[in-house]
Amino acid sequence: MKSGSEIASLLQAQLGWDASPELDEASTPTALIIGKEQLLEAMRVLYEHEELYFDQLACLTALDNGPAAEGEGTVEVIYHLCSIPYGHQLALRVQVPRGNDDTPAEVPSVAHLWRTADWHEREAYDMVGIRFSGHPDLRRIMLPEDWQGHPLRKDYQEQEKYHGINVAY
Amino acid sequence: MAVQYTYDPAHLTRSEPTKHRPEDLRSEEMLINLGPQHPSTHGVLRLEVVTDGEVVVDVVPHIGYLHRCFEKHAEALPYPQIIPFVDRMDYLAAMNSEHAYAMGVEKMMGLEGTLPKRIEYIRVLVAELNRLASHFVAIGTYGVDMGAVTPFLWLMRDREHILRLLEWTCGARMLYNYLWVGGLFYDLPVGFEERCAEFAQYLKPKLKELEDLLLVNKIFIQRTANVGVLPLDVAINYGITGPMLRGSGLRYDLRRVDGYSVYPELEFEVPIGEGAMGTTGDCWDRTYVRVRECFESLRIIEQCLEQLKGDHRRTRDFDPRAMVPKKVRPKAQDLYVRAENPKGELGFFFRADGKSDVPVRCKARACSFVNLSVLPELSRGVLLSDLVAIVGSLDLVLGEVDR
Repeated sequence: MKSGSEIASLLQAQLGWDASPELDEASTPTALIIGKEQLLEAMRVLYEHEELYFDQLACLTALDNGPAAEGEGTVEVIYHLCSIPYGHQLALRVQVPRGNDDTPAEVPSVAHLWRTADWHEREAYDMVGIRFSGHPDLRRIMLPEDWQGHPLRKDYQEQEKYHGINVAY
Repeated sequence: MAVQYTYDPAHLTRSEPTKHRPEDLRSEEMLINLGPQHPSTHGVLRLEVVTDGEVVVDVVPHIGYLHRCFEKHAEALPYPQIIPFVDRMDYLAAMNSEHAYAMGVEKMMGLEGTLPKRIEYIRVLVAELNRLASHFVAIGTYGVDMGAVTPFLWLMRDREHILRLLEWTCGARMLYNYLWVGGLFYDLPVGFEERCAEFAQYLKPKLKELEDLLLVNKIFIQRTANVGVLPLDVAINYGITGPMLRGSGLRYDLRRVDGYSVYPELEFEVPIGEGAMGTTGDCWDRTYVRVRECFESLRIIEQCLEQLKGDHRRTRDFDPRAMVPKKVRPKAQDLYVRAENPKGELGFFFRADGKSDVPVRCKARACSFVNLSVLPELSRGVLLSDLVAIVGSLDLVLGEVDR
């Protein structure tokens, strides 16, 4: 079993990064914080490297840190990886700006590595409104296709009527 | 009174459009809907099926008909008050979900490993009872899907005993709110251990009977063996867990791997599918694993009862709420907790900001949700009647898929 810092330095060595990725030791399991540009290459190494071999994407969480006026103005995607043969676990965090209607928040999709990500990314898109570039089939999953807005955004306002039915009561 | 719903013929196609458009299909192909109201889908699941005669070309699951905004509710509720919502996710195995949730919040509060052993043993006992009840529904309804009604009736009869036992402990038959953060609602009622031991004695021959009646039944084998084969690499890549993953031949059970609660002190086997009737990972293997797990759960229950009557017996001054925190306000942190539910790995992701009693984000990684996502992979090229066999073998609870 490898610790978070060992995985971080292994990633740095493999990809020739200038600095080791930032670690959040308060998180369980330990989280690596990486930029969205490095996400895909890091994920590929985590998936393929024989000492890491993260073959299971346990969970993918999207989360909104609130609009810039009150919060940080970012959205986050958190990946929880697990390696079945080695038993190590790792979290990865990616932060991107919240974006707006014209330029939505965008994170590269990892559905080509783990098929689990397919539905989880659809859920993240549905609830938080993050676009996953390269996703094979990015549709809403829980809510109806003609629903307006993304409910887990902090500034979400539900629509007044849906098909003539009052939404808020 | 005002009319609540304005009718528009385009509403249906706009709200849940099909992925395949009829005009794109080849002339021999047909687009049909299975569900959302169909007994074989075990709830409100809509399957958009492209068929070529009797052969399934593609399946697209449409979910969300039972979406109750669990994660949105959880953003506005203090940690202990989320437990009833957790119950309503997988309503067939509420105790197991509560166990996972309570463990997660206790880890954040630093209470992990400090609870009295009696509480831990009671938790495992009720969780395993609930696992039995959940597997009984899974196996029973699967039998009905395959045309075998008797096992269903027998299993419902036995499940009723479990539900009554659990009703006796906490007053509710299915949605318990019994496992609290840092303890339990109440101690077990007086006499529970004896009655439960009696039930375990009663159940043992019934499980053997079930095996003889369903698993080795020729019709059942012919309907399920070599149907819906899930290879192990596909299963792992799709994040499949629980009996489905073990049915594909991997001995992977979080009760053993993580060894949470008192599971390391208990003796039980982890059954896997070996392709005894066909190919490893077929529908028969998945059912076989569930049936074998019933035997193992029964073993765990008996060991728990022994402990609860022996070393960790009831005492006058035992208070299961002694450790329940008055205020649940964890330090700022992220935490992902996982536990083995009857259907697979149930995970919770929490983010706490350290300033409030309410989680910033509480995401549930639902096992049925992930297990359902493999359905299109399993059912390309099968016969339409086998599609029903495959959907049944996934053991879905739509309350958990949609949350």
